[in-house]
Amino acid sequence: MSELRPDLAAIAEMIGEGARVLDVGCGDGALLEYLSRTKRVDGRGIELSQQNVNACVARGLSVVQGDADADLAEYPSHVFDVVILSQTIQATRAPSKVLADLLRIGRHTIVSFPNFGHWRVRLSLLIDGRMPRTRALGYDWYDTPNIHLCTIADFVALARGSGAVIERALALGGKGATHPMRPDAWGPNLFAEGAIFLLRSA
Amino acid sequence: MAELGSPKFLRRLEAPGVDQGRAITFDRPLVLDCGRELVPLTIAYMTYGTLNAAKNNVVLVCHALSLDQFVTGRHPVTAKPGWWETMVGPGKPIDTNRFFVICANVIGGCMGTTGPASVDPATGKPYGLSFPVVTIRDMVRAQAMLLDALGIEQILCVTGGSMGGMQVLQWVASYPERVISALPIATAARHSAQNIAFHEVGRQAIMADPDWRGGNYQNEGVQPSKGLAVARMAAHITYLSEAALQRKFGRSLQNRNGLSFAFGPDFQIESYLHHQGMTFVDRFDANSYLYITRAMDYFDLAADYNGVLAEAFIGTKTRFGIVSFTSDWLFPTSENKRVAHALNAAAANVSFVEIETDRGHDAFLLDEPELFAAVRGFLNSAAASRGIE
Repeated sequence: MSELRPDLAAIAEMIGEGARVLDVGCGDGALLEYLSRTKRVDGRGIELSQQNVNACVARGLSVVQGDADADLAEYPSHVFDVVILSQTIQATRAPSKVLADLLRIGRHTIVSFPNFGHWRVRLSLLIDGRMPRTRALGYDWYDTPNIHLCTIADFVALARGSGAVIERALALGGKGATHPMRPDAWGPNLFAEGAIFLLRSA
Repeated sequence: MAELGSPKFLRRLEAPGVDQGRAITFDRPLVLDCGRELVPLTIAYMTYGTLNAAKNNVVLVCHALSLDQFVTGRHPVTAKPGWWETMVGPGKPIDTNRFFVICANVIGGCMGTTGPASVDPATGKPYGLSFPVVTIRDMVRAQAMLLDALGIEQILCVTGGSMGGMQVLQWVASYPERVISALPIATAARHSAQNIAFHEVGRQAIMADPDWRGGNYQNEGVQPSKGLAVARMAAHITYLSEAALQRKFGRSLQNRNGLSFAFGPDFQIESYLHHQGMTFVDRFDANSYLYITRAMDYFDLAADYNGVLAEAFIGTKTRFGIVSFTSDWLFPTSENKRVAHALNAAAANVSFVEIETDRGHDAFLLDEPELFAAVRGFLNSAAASRGIE
């Protein structure tokens, strides 16, 4: 069993024993498998790539092919303890609608994303005048799946605007280190490569 | 009360030494959707593997339209390998070293279970068209009677492709508390207009055969073989795909150098279809074909729940695994996905896998490694949830 990616480990740490979990954009199912093994969660996944879905099912996970923009609407309200959207919100067509759906479906929502306010990103645009390509955002502007990038401050505004309560906020540093942060502090918005938020539906 | 015996087959045994399975006869009536009763009712079935002491390792396999209970091993009537040889057996995805596999011939069938070719006790002659029209739900009711008689309360997994998948969905709707997991493959919650249309072509071909005799052919000592063969040929095309036909046959000629300028089988695809039609007639009953296609046409699970499919599954604890194939145009991905969406809306535990293949609907019977991996993974996780080794 390979080690869980540090940002996923930080997410896993937020989830209680035996919780009902929906992982939206669950990839190859690494997090779901870890959660069902170590925390006996009742886990489900949605994943865009059919190849990944097939791999998940072969691992014994309950995963359906679908995407966050189109398929969350069909889920009933308040059926999951935790809904996870890991490194995906920036690739959705309608992030505010997706977030509203997540808050409706789960009692808690965990969202992680790359921080477009990171100083490298800012510097790249300021100095080179080019769209940034960084460790966290390794695409050219024309082939990136990340069509709705945001800064930590942007996300905080959206979360509050959606009526969510921010219960915890973690800054993701280089090499996967995580630090608790104050959502409104300017420091993390400049120095964190990404962030993880634990939200509660108000 | 039920009596256990050997099944009676319509056709001669080609492999007399092999396991013919069992037949159980009930003298308590089965009340059908059409309002009529079926009594006595015989159900012919096969089992593979061993039932464990807790009786919790049962995998119920539901067969498709033209298939039967001989899932694996040699078929006693055709002497050919079973239809799911690749899937079921020791070490196979449905591992008979771990699971107790049951497959019963559907009611209306012709491999030992009561159907239109069986003798009507009221007249002492074969039922023919006086056999009641049966539904998918009736088939499932009959299987539940069989499991009751075998003392089996819960099913670890009920699975099947095509019409077998319809039975899987009906099983969960009818007996939610008995089904731990359900694995419907290449199926739909309702038969589409196009599929009803193809079935009607097949039925009309049978009924247009002068030897059909209004369904009374058995009493008159004939067989509507040509009609049944044409029905099978038409249906067989729908099980394949244009790409697979092109790859396998293209426009290749059959044992000749040029076109014959006549109506014999010039093309390989023609003689392939003729062969499919001819071999089918040797093992299948024409009236059974009418009845079973009708059962599929009538299937519309949502109709029993105010047209809302999700309501068929509200509160279900059953784990679902749904599989479709990209080139299946008879039971396309969209139909399978409709079931997955309804299950999501019912907050059910569901997986959905679409497998890339050019082999059409028949892919569920063929060597498809991704299908095997999905079935194995799904069954393992269902078994683990019940603590089965």
